[in-house]
Amino acid sequence: MSIELLYILILTIPLLTALGVLLCHQNPNARESLTLLGGIFLFFVVAKLALSYDFEQTVTLTLLEPFPGLSLALRLEPLGLIFTLVAGFLWPVTSLYAIGYMRAHHEKNQTRFYIAFAISIFATMAIALSANLLTLFLAYEMLTLFTLPLVTHAGTDAARRAGWTYLGILMTTSIGFLLLAIIWTWSLTGTLEFTPGGILAGKAELATLGGLLLLFVFGTGKAALMPFHRWLPAAMVAPTPVSALLHAVAVVKAGVFTIMKVSVYIFGIDLIGSLDSAYWLSLLAGFTIVSASIIAMSKDNLKARLAYSTISQLSYIILAAMLGVATGVFAGSLHIAMHAFAKITLFFCAGAILVSAHKTCVSELNGIGRAMPFTMLAFLLASLSIVGLPPLGGSWSKWLLLQATMDAHSTVLLIVLLFSSLLNLFYLVEIPIRGFFATPADLNYNNGIKEAPKFSLIAILITTAGCLVLFFLVNPAWNLVEQILR
Amino acid sequence: MTHLPVLIVVAPLLAAALIVLLNNRKVAWLITLLTSLFCFYASVSMLEILQEVDVISYTLGGWKAPFGIELRIDALSALMLLILTGSALLVSIYALKSVEKEIPDKNQVLFYTALLMVLAGLIGISITGDAFNVFVFLEISSLSTYALISLGRDRRALHASYQYLMMGTIGATFILIGIGFMYVMTGTLNIQDLSQRLPAVADTNAIRAAFAFITIGAGIKAAMLPLHQWLPNAYTYSPSVVSTFLAATATKVAVYVMIRFELSLFGIEFSFLQIPFDKILVILGTIGILGGSIYAVYQNNVKRMLAYSSIAQIGYILLAIGLASQAGFTAALLHIFNHALIKGTLFMALGIVFFRFASAELSIMAGIGKTMPLTMAAFTIGGLSLIGIPGTAGFVSKWYLVTALLDASLWPLALLILVASVLTLIYVGRVIEVAYFRPTLKGESQLKVPKTMLIALWIFALSNIYFGLNSDISMGVSTLAVNQLIGVAS
Amino acid sequence: MNELLGHVNYWIVIFLMMMGLYMVIASSNLIKKLIGISVFQASVFILYITFGKITEGSPPIITDNTDVYSNPLPHVLILTAIVVGVATTSVGLALIVRIQEAYGSLDEDDIHDINDNDDFDIKSRSIT
Repeated sequence: MSIELLYILILTIPLLTALGVLLCHQNPNARESLTLLGGIFLFFVVAKLALSYDFEQTVTLTLLEPFPGLSLALRLEPLGLIFTLVAGFLWPVTSLYAIGYMRAHHEKNQTRFYIAFAISIFATMAIALSANLLTLFLAYEMLTLFTLPLVTHAGTDAARRAGWTYLGILMTTSIGFLLLAIIWTWSLTGTLEFTPGGILAGKAELATLGGLLLLFVFGTGKAALMPFHRWLPAAMVAPTPVSALLHAVAVVKAGVFTIMKVSVYIFGIDLIGSLDSAYWLSLLAGFTIVSASIIAMSKDNLKARLAYSTISQLSYIILAAMLGVATGVFAGSLHIAMHAFAKITLFFCAGAILVSAHKTCVSELNGIGRAMPFTMLAFLLASLSIVGLPPLGGSWSKWLLLQATMDAHSTVLLIVLLFSSLLNLFYLVEIPIRGFFATPADLNYNNGIKEAPKFSLIAILITTAGCLVLFFLVNPAWNLVEQILR
Repeated sequence: MTHLPVLIVVAPLLAAALIVLLNNRKVAWLITLLTSLFCFYASVSMLEILQEVDVISYTLGGWKAPFGIELRIDALSALMLLILTGSALLVSIYALKSVEKEIPDKNQVLFYTALLMVLAGLIGISITGDAFNVFVFLEISSLSTYALISLGRDRRALHASYQYLMMGTIGATFILIGIGFMYVMTGTLNIQDLSQRLPAVADTNAIRAAFAFITIGAGIKAAMLPLHQWLPNAYTYSPSVVSTFLAATATKVAVYVMIRFELSLFGIEFSFLQIPFDKILVILGTIGILGGSIYAVYQNNVKRMLAYSSIAQIGYILLAIGLASQAGFTAALLHIFNHALIKGTLFMALGIVFFRFASAELSIMAGIGKTMPLTMAAFTIGGLSLIGIPGTAGFVSKWYLVTALLDASLWPLALLILVASVLTLIYVGRVIEVAYFRPTLKGESQLKVPKTMLIALWIFALSNIYFGLNSDISMGVSTLAVNQLIGVAS
Repeated sequence: MNELLGHVNYWIVIFLMMMGLYMVIASSNLIKKLIGISVFQASVFILYITFGKITEGSPPIITDNTDVYSNPLPHVLILTAIVVGVATTSVGLALIVRIQEAYGSLDEDDIHDINDNDDFDIKSRSIT
């Protein structure tokens, strides 16, 4: 099977799944089986691509040429492969979870949900496979638009307002800053192709390039760097499967992926290391990490707490990219995968608690571990992964990050990272501790609360296992990550 | 085939007369459709001929230029013809049911007559090589436009038409004065000839006055801020067919007049170096963009909102021209083409809403995302194109415009353009939110949306996407036109 | 003095043009505005015809006695422009008749008041 065909399959499978769901809208079972099948099939294709791709000889597939000299094209490179694998694996898992959740919660408009989900995955894959900034930008905007119906799914006033915040912040940053940055890059260099080593070195004065970097990073609203982070907590009105996949995996990862890709393949790590604005951005990322963690500690609503935790974790990756050292790139890329698995587990658990126990606040969770042991255990393990403790996968990326701050000779950021790990411990691990060791306020509390819905529980177990597996079997991931800077 | 240039302008005129003579509504529509089909075919043929030849020149009556009137079609004219005839064709398809609904029976024959005369006038402006001829055709199209606008169902259409008549006549007369001054100084009316004779007398007050008069005159017709007062009312109250056609074509033809006179006639050196017209255009264009977009956000009538949006889009085009660079001119011509597609889609979609609900107020559109899915989907595509989302024609123009601005080191303006896009997002987003996220109003209209209207609408909508993904044709013709214009500089 | 007398035509043109424009801007009566437009256009006609006169030229009719003719082309142009002016005036007057029927008034201020109070309501339409 040729690589080009694999590229096309990766893009068309989600679209065909969406079409299939549309056609089967009368039959919930058919609809959901189709979604699962589509996801599993997609993952197989991605796996095949991962195994048969030779990074020495990259394969580019040009789809269209809307402007003379600029094309919409696909090309796989190591960073993109990480993203594709993560998203490709987690889509079927989330579909599994969603089946359990949506049915147990008796959600309306499920067909619209699954269709929008599938098309969003299409956009995510397009971002991951993009060969140049134009393709990335097109897919990035499509992702915003296609996830909007998911954010506003509930149809309530609060959901609509959240939709406006979401659309407003993401569109303003992308049209106002990111597009400007892209066109500016085009006018400086005459090309938009992602090239190892970057295309901007020497094309303009450092001050100009510094400004350009600011435009790129602030233009990527999906990375939730302060002050453009408000859309993330606002989007939590969406059903939990949406929050899980999109806001822990697809949308936010698309944001940090973009920043990573721009840093490595447009600017080049050496150039980043020499820019003042990169230093300021790393400090801003550090600030975001700490302040988001502090805000997370103050939030009682579980999903809100997880949202701010996500904002904090995303800035880890931005920080890693802005350090301008090779270890930073490795750390950030690895964290994309580690954080995805951990965060999605946390959101899955939050959703399970919502559906089974009808509880949304942390303070209500005392003693729930007796009724939902698996869920709480999963929560514990995922939290430890985020904190960065072995034997969970997150420890590798945390360790690499610390290494990167030392390589970049930044004691301040080293301390920030250590401090934030401590904070993570407080606001995340508090929850399973409450769940297992605290006594519930009401002794009849655990009557009637069952464990999570079956399908959802399986999904939770899969992703938790993923956190563990990624610790022990980190080598393939590490090999992949290393190739980014080759 | 050698007579195509004259046929393309004479056919609508004759057809208009024929319609009046036959005095039958259905036949009137049929003749309109056939005529626009013929004109479209003619413009495409001429575009093909222009791939080999630089310019198509046709002398009326065999009288040689510069004594006779010459029809002169270069790439720029061909681009305008493509837009005009394409819009006319789609509007004709659309008009079958729309006119039936909105215009009283006894006026429909005259409506089609006037529509064809507007088309004839606009085509004439685009292809003539004689300055005075421009004035004549301008008035032909304008007078017919005034008549068409006044046929709107709301009585405010009458007043809107009268306002437009006042301002439009002043504008056209200014152009006439300008032409007079130029004639007096050079003794010729032929545009080619004038461009060769003007440099010798360029440094006189008469020519400078001529430049000013022509620019202001064309500016009034083009709704260049602050001469735009007539546009919002005219677009809001006129019948749907008329607002669609006008929004796609009329102001662009006025911009064409400006370009033709400034670049082909006066020449780049005079227009942009001796008179700092480029800076004036940049300022006026920017004010137009901001003013139009900001006004649009506050409108509750969607037609009026789109009218202000058109003012903003004209601002983009003028800004691009004001950059006085190859990139700028290309971006301007590209946007002239793409904007016709965008506004055509949006106004046609609104026209369908008007067809069902006899109103274009925002509140009426609540929930029609469910009851009129095809219409709203097309409106959304047009809206996304207006904002400039990648994958649509609007994005292509925006890209080139921002590139041209960055090339000219005007990056604050580039940021401004993108801010204006965000404003566009706001006012388009309001409509989409109301249509998709509000519950449908009670007392639903039972009228079914006619297929002809939907077909025309979707051809416009899909061309947005086509030209957004494949800009070969639009870029190709624009680049050709700009090369010819700049090469023609005296 | 020569400036004044030699260019009397142009002074008249300027006077008429300004008067016409003033009438358009300053009158609130629609008919008066239309008259203003006509006056304005008339000034342009005079301008063109003045352009056509060649010093010591005779009317452009071929005879045997003269060999310097005034330029006939501006006359032709003005005939066209006059026709255009007539058409404009008639369209304007037709609109005025209809406005009178629909609004009951020809005063711009009254019309604006009526428009502002007009609720966008299908029943309030009273034309055609």
